[in-house]
Amino acid sequence: MTATGHTATGHTATGHTATGHTATGDAATGAPPAIELAGVAKDYHSRGRAVPAVSRIDLAIGPGEFFSLLGPSGCGKSTTLRMIAGFEEPTRGRILLQGRDVTAVPPNRRDVNLVFQSYALFPHLDVAGNVAFGLRRRGVKGRELRERVGTMLDLVELSELAERRPRELSGGQQQRVALARALVNRPAALLLDEPLGALDLKLRQTMQIQLKAIQREVGITFIYVTHDQGEALTMSDRIAVMNRGRVEQLASPREIYERPRTRFVAGFIGTSNLLRRTVRAVDAAGPGGRAMVVLDAGADERLSAPLHPQMGPLRTGDQVELTVRPEKIEMSATRPDGPCCALRGRIVEVVYLGTYTTYTVATHGGTEITVFWQNSTDSTNVAERGEEIWLSWLPEHSYVLPESADEEPSTPRSGGPDPGGPPEGDAPRRNGEPAAGAAAQTPTATAAHPVSP
Amino acid sequence: MRRRRAGALAPYFLVLPGGLWLAIFFVVPTAVMLSVSLQTGNVVDGFTQTFDFGVYADAITTYETQFIRSLIFGLIATVTTILLAYPMAYWIAFHAGRNKSNYLFGVLLPFFVSFVIRTVSWKFLLADDGILLGNLKDAGLLPADFHVLATSFAVVAGLTYNFFPFMLLPIYVALERIDPRLLEAADDLYANRRGVLTRVVLPLSMPGVFAGFLLTFVPATSDFVNAYVLGGTNTTMIGNIIQTTYLTNADYPLASAVSFILMAVLLIGIFVYARLLGTRDVLEMSTR
Ligand SMILES: Nc1ncnc2c1ncn2[C@@H]1O[C@H](COP(=O)(O)OP(=O)(O)O)[C@@H](O)[C@H]1O
Ligand SMILES: [Mg+2]
Repeated sequence: MTATGHTATGHTATGHTATGHTATGDAATGAPPAIELAGVAKDYHSRGRAVPAVSRIDLAIGPGEFFSLLGPSGCGKSTTLRMIAGFEEPTRGRILLQGRDVTAVPPNRRDVNLVFQSYALFPHLDVAGNVAFGLRRRGVKGRELRERVGTMLDLVELSELAERRPRELSGGQQQRVALARALVNRPAALLLDEPLGALDLKLRQTMQIQLKAIQREVGITFIYVTHDQGEALTMSDRIAVMNRGRVEQLASPREIYERPRTRFVAGFIGTSNLLRRTVRAVDAAGPGGRAMVVLDAGADERLSAPLHPQMGPLRTGDQVELTVRPEKIEMSATRPDGPCCALRGRIVEVVYLGTYTTYTVATHGGTEITVFWQNSTDSTNVAERGEEIWLSWLPEHSYVLPESADEEPSTPRSGGPDPGGPPEGDAPRRNGEPAAGAAAQTPTATAAHPVSP
Repeated sequence: MRRRRAGALAPYFLVLPGGLWLAIFFVVPTAVMLSVSLQTGNVVDGFTQTFDFGVYADAITTYETQFIRSLIFGLIATVTTILLAYPMAYWIAFHAGRNKSNYLFGVLLPFFVSFVIRTVSWKFLLADDGILLGNLKDAGLLPADFHVLATSFAVVAGLTYNFFPFMLLPIYVALERIDPRLLEAADDLYANRRGVLTRVVLPLSMPGVFAGFLLTFVPATSDFVNAYVLGGTNTTMIGNIIQTTYLTNADYPLASAVSFILMAVLLIGIFVYARLLGTRDVLEMSTR
């Protein structure tokens, strides 16, 4: 492994965001996007200093879309949502709601509603009173009021509890009241700030499915804030992965999982193996017309991967990172044939996890690679700790990323251009270790190992 | 088994000290007062228990004016303190930022001075030829016979001033406890400023207003210092009657009867008030 951590192409990809990406608005009907953020930034002021919470965000969210803002705690998700709701005024940029500039419009005259993480239900009103609150303020009365509240309570299955006070409800029921109270107004967009955060795992999973079903039924645009990647992947049409007040990648869940565009995204979503290597050659017209990058590898070994579509050109000698998901890797005793990537390694850890087994394999470069091996009926493939094996995967299952200097996802970076992180040594480093709080769902090889070496 | 028993009894042990305190200093004197009110006699010859209920009729007919005046003064003073204290508490709770406790301390500072001294200093201030009225009269801004002392206004103003903190603090505490996200939620749900105030802030602060009302109305109605210091013969309150009947005239049965009637009237008044406001709601809200 080379020690020179130059980031020749670094940061070019992290700078711009949704612009140039797909699905802004409803192209077919020509309707304007439900919500558009244009160059939105927010600085908070503490002790006379401007602290950036959101550096610059450009987004367009289509009508009826289930859109998630995903990122670690403190990356600016709530601030973004609160700017859309109108509680915070952007320091720079504009917010458009159905094509209309609402940047200066107060919350009570914006056609969006927020579901608070703490629900913020009115304790002095019963369930029906809470749900009717917004409609009453807008002058809906009598039969229409009763009907709309009734329909909404039916939708969230709370009709029997209409006369209860919030205090007399369980967490899940309170959550549904909060949802009903916002949805009953039929806003142009519903904003949800970690709405399931306070619920236990089981209930959260049920509510994820219910939320998605409700969203499909009412057809209202949802903007969903979460730090739980599993939640975002399950429910969203598109996800914006945020880090330090910026959007790192905006794409469909599948795209984000399979083709993470930055190191941060690769690490935050699921488990990724990251191999730091030097570019040996760039083949501009690889299979399928895509640019293929060939990387340094040992004798017999082979490492090549397509260039990420949104990454700038690379030259021989550039330092890059190759990412590959643990479940895409095959293990075999002999070197596999064909045009696949192949690396030699020694198994250092085996963790049996029921449906699959996690192997940690040390390559000759010293990097550890995680492999998820499905435990099918045919268990002849089982390898032992200490065995020398071959790792292989198809080049199209891996990507080459620019190196980025985003080691601490929780601290917002001060404004201005990136400082260009210090060169990182090539000491053996755990690959694909998720950022704090992330990757709760996919167990990694770094999880407690039952056998001590 | 034993531990269970001790656990079940624990609540009673918690209640015991306070319960004893109340029994010794409230129930016993009340019973004594009731019995004294039904005695006949005088200081010189001594009193005998005669169960003469006529004293109650006497008390009401003789001091009807003072009873009614006290209730009216107490009510006006209480309502005025609500009107003065609520906006102030609101401002401190929601708009004073980090200086909340400083403002609160500033407002309460005068009340560290003794109740009587404060009232007496009012007397100096408002005397017919004192620093305020005297100078205004000299400047020809007020007629020479203008006076504030010895009027109902002076007594009610004194009551309002003296009981102000008892209203401000509970209202402040209630407002302070309101989750700011509830205000945001109301804002988000299309409520304008007035809507936020009347539909969220006011209802949620009612427990504070309720507590402030009790803490002000009861002592203000039975107060005697303000009427004594700032009032005149036409502003005598029931507290002054009890004081003179007891200390000056030493007519213990009558003084006891008047006290008892006052207590009954206040209790009934508060009960009606709580019913009107819905105590259940008020108490429930304050325990959310
Ligand atoms: N009212 C505020 N004043 C000062 N700093 C704030 C305020 N709200 C949030 N921040 C800071 O802004 C950053 C982004 O916060 P937030 O949007 O709440 O993040 P997230 O919702 O992604 O966890 C954090 O560093 C946070 O400390
Ligand atoms: Mg947040």
